[in-house]
Amino acid sequence: MELLGIEIPVFSWQTVLGSAVSGVFLGAIYALVALGLTLIYGVLHIINFAHGSLLMLAMYMVYFLWQHLGMDPYLAMLVVAPGGFVFGYLLQRGVIGRISHGKDEIILLATLGISIVIENAALFLFSADEKSVQVPYDLDGIDLGVTYVVYPQIAALGGCLMITAALWLFMARTDTGRAIRAVAKERQGARLVGINVEHIFAISFGIGTACVAAAASLLAPTYAVHPQFGYLFVLIAFTVVVLGGMGSFTGALLGGLIIGVTEQLGRLYLGESLGLITISAIFILILLFRPTGLFGQRLSQ
Amino acid sequence: MSKRDRALGWTLLLGLLAAVPVFIQSGRWIDFLELTLFVAVMGQGWNILGGYGGQYSFGHALFFGTGAYIQALLQFKLGWSPWVTLWFAIAGAVLVGCAVGYLSFRYGLRGSYFALITLAFAEAFHVLARSLISVTEGGRGVQLPLNQDPGQAVASFQFTFANPFLQSYGFYYTVLFLFVLACAATWLMERSRFGAQLVAVRENEEAAEALGINAFRIKMGSICLSAAITASAGVYYVQKFLFVDPGIAYGPGKSVEALFAPIIGGLGTVLGPLLGSAFIHIVGETSKEAIGHFVGDRPGLDLILFGIMLLLVLGYMPRGLVGLLETAWMRLRADKDGPNA
Amino acid sequence: MLEVTGVSKSFGGLKAVAELSLQVERGRIVSLIGPNGAGKTTAFSLISGFLKPDQGRIRFEHRDIAGFRPHAICRLGLVRTFQVVQPFATLSVLDNITVGAHTRIRQRKPAAARAREVAELVGMGAMLDQPAGALTVAGRKRLELARALATQPKLLLLDEVMAGLNATEIADIVAVVRDIRDTGITILLIEHVMQAVMSLSDDTHVLSHGRIIAHGPPEAVARDPQVIEAYLGHGAAKRIARTRGADRA
Ligand SMILES: Nc1ncnc2c1ncn2[C@@H]1O[C@H](COP(=O)(O)OP(=O)(O)O)[C@@H](O)[C@H]1O
Ligand SMILES: [Mg+2]
Repeated sequence: MELLGIEIPVFSWQTVLGSAVSGVFLGAIYALVALGLTLIYGVLHIINFAHGSLLMLAMYMVYFLWQHLGMDPYLAMLVVAPGGFVFGYLLQRGVIGRISHGKDEIILLATLGISIVIENAALFLFSADEKSVQVPYDLDGIDLGVTYVVYPQIAALGGCLMITAALWLFMARTDTGRAIRAVAKERQGARLVGINVEHIFAISFGIGTACVAAAASLLAPTYAVHPQFGYLFVLIAFTVVVLGGMGSFTGALLGGLIIGVTEQLGRLYLGESLGLITISAIFILILLFRPTGLFGQRLSQ
Repeated sequence: MSKRDRALGWTLLLGLLAAVPVFIQSGRWIDFLELTLFVAVMGQGWNILGGYGGQYSFGHALFFGTGAYIQALLQFKLGWSPWVTLWFAIAGAVLVGCAVGYLSFRYGLRGSYFALITLAFAEAFHVLARSLISVTEGGRGVQLPLNQDPGQAVASFQFTFANPFLQSYGFYYTVLFLFVLACAATWLMERSRFGAQLVAVRENEEAAEALGINAFRIKMGSICLSAAITASAGVYYVQKFLFVDPGIAYGPGKSVEALFAPIIGGLGTVLGPLLGSAFIHIVGETSKEAIGHFVGDRPGLDLILFGIMLLLVLGYMPRGLVGLLETAWMRLRADKDGPNA
Repeated sequence: MLEVTGVSKSFGGLKAVAELSLQVERGRIVSLIGPNGAGKTTAFSLISGFLKPDQGRIRFEHRDIAGFRPHAICRLGLVRTFQVVQPFATLSVLDNITVGAHTRIRQRKPAAARAREVAELVGMGAMLDQPAGALTVAGRKRLELARALATQPKLLLLDEVMAGLNATEIADIVAVVRDIRDTGITILLIEHVMQAVMSLSDDTHVLSHGRIIAHGPPEAVARDPQVIEAYLGHGAAKRIARTRGADRA
């Protein structure tokens, strides 16, 4: 089959299904990375451009914990997630909040500046070489018939579901969660009833960063990290968030799965390289035609 | 600053820049100035849209890369003269600018959304440049063969100069010429109705519409002009290095470089991009010298500093270096006039 | 000159403007009054093209303008000001007004000259170099007026340009509005300051819950029991009539 001069191959349904299934597992990873981003967007209404570089930084932390202390990457979550929370809290409170004076366009540029600093600090300190965690079980897995999935992929899918549930419960059931929702909905009103808005902002940023750090530990067994690692995920994570509707956890989950499956099918049909264009294409189309996402409500003006 | 001071300042600055090769033959200095001016040209392109128009693009590599690729491919594949291809390169980038602008502005994307969509387009072009190997040579990039016969000069595969002075400094003058052109365009724009309306749209789109300004058309004009200037930097790059690949053309590097200079130098000012570019490169070079002593030649240091400078300017110097300069100038003036008054 | 017929606009379930009809004749000052939330600003947004009417017709100088974009309507000579002032904050007062002047004047110098004239007319001649963001409320209201005026409109819609001003400032603006009318510009204004409405307007429409409930010369309208009720609540007209009667007795 040919389309616009590009040869489109024909595959058996097993191959297609196999791609789709591995797309689900890939999508779980995307959703995992996007969860923190959607929380930050939902509350702060800002686009955190540094999200990818925070992921990269956490990956390095996981790597160093493994290399120097021999810590299992999954166990490292117990260290990097709280570490991510503190780092994110300080970043919002000490840097972003301080220099932005609440102006959206400055926040955007500030998070870009932060990502440049973090990325190049990693380049300067850790060099451009790829680093990867070696675990004994990284190639073990289950044969699903149409495709083979390794345990780390299954762990990522499970972790993604668990983190989504945890976030949801946290937002619904805890006082802090309720305060976050209050701030998200009505900033001035929340201030009036005595909520420390700056603190809540920083808490949200911290939780978002903790999520991305947890994602890092789930990604570490399958991905090698390098300073530009985050950049690959920035656009993907934004696509997931926009597709799922900004600020929606289940939206991020579904958005991640859709992107993962689309990307894998894109790679199957268009080739490894051109297949990646599906992500930019989805992103552009969604922004243009349905900026509130597939599952998001209409944003208020 | 009075009109006369300003004109005097610009004449002095440009005269100095033009005279540099006559006095300083050090290749290092010329390279440094060339880089500074090259980034200032890209920055001026970004400034038209971001500084004057308030539309922050995170994907200006889109225009740089499109200019560079068209310039390289038309020479490489069709053997056209660079003097002909450059018009196609600029027109191609303007066309891309129109398309991206039309889609974004028609659908009312602003702020973060605009930044993200420009990034997504740059990334899409990045993927295309890597994948459509039969057109773009893919990840290997396009290497323009070196022209062996300088006598053949103009209508060949590169800018070549028969004159030995120009042979050494031709590219310096090329980029200086582009810089002057970009600044002249910006200056004329600033003083035209279009410029006034563009700034009005940046400040408040609704109010601008109420006053009879077609904001969509103004923004389209601004993205096209911006694309043309940025593409001219791409054309220069290809002629200078005779090489382009997907990462250089459409990677995040150029997008980021394009926005550092005008923000640090002073958004929405003619001088900002040059001041910003000169400042960051001076800081970058000196820090490399100073710290390189201790840690060896490691990449990343300059961009760490640029990032920090960006944050500092955003937080504490909203009008950038130009603002700083103006304040200093006023104080100087006040001191001088003080006793007489 | 302006003819609005049966225009309606809903936001969700709320009918902000319902079957609005009004006419403005050339050379007059017509006012639109009514309690907060009555739909006055929405009516302005509909007329000036910022909102699209759900139904109804808007004619300006015999041309159907419903659905035109705001900038196109401004070019035709119908311009509005905003109740919530919208200055170009980082620009100077002069540059703000010049933007308005550029709508009809391409060249920079004549546009700036025109802007200066307008600034004099509204009494901002001394503030030309101040950044608009630094103006007082009264200054911003004047700037809003000056910018609109600089576009050389035939019909000017003024949305509460006197709100938040003190008595002297109001007297100043009233004089300015009259001067503007005397230059041949027709004016439709929304105002809460009744004194100003009384002294300025030839004709008044009263809006309540999106509907016109009264229409006529301002003195007559102010005595209309329906209008008093709309402003002061149910039964108010009777109470006032009774106190008046008691006074007379
Ligand atoms: N953009 C909008 N979206 C939803 N409701 C609106 C909007 N604009 C105005 N309203 C509602 O329409 C009604 C009329 O508002 P408005 O025209 O501003 O009244 P007025 O100017 O007479 O005080 C109010 O109830 C207001 O809340
Ligand atoms: Mg109102």
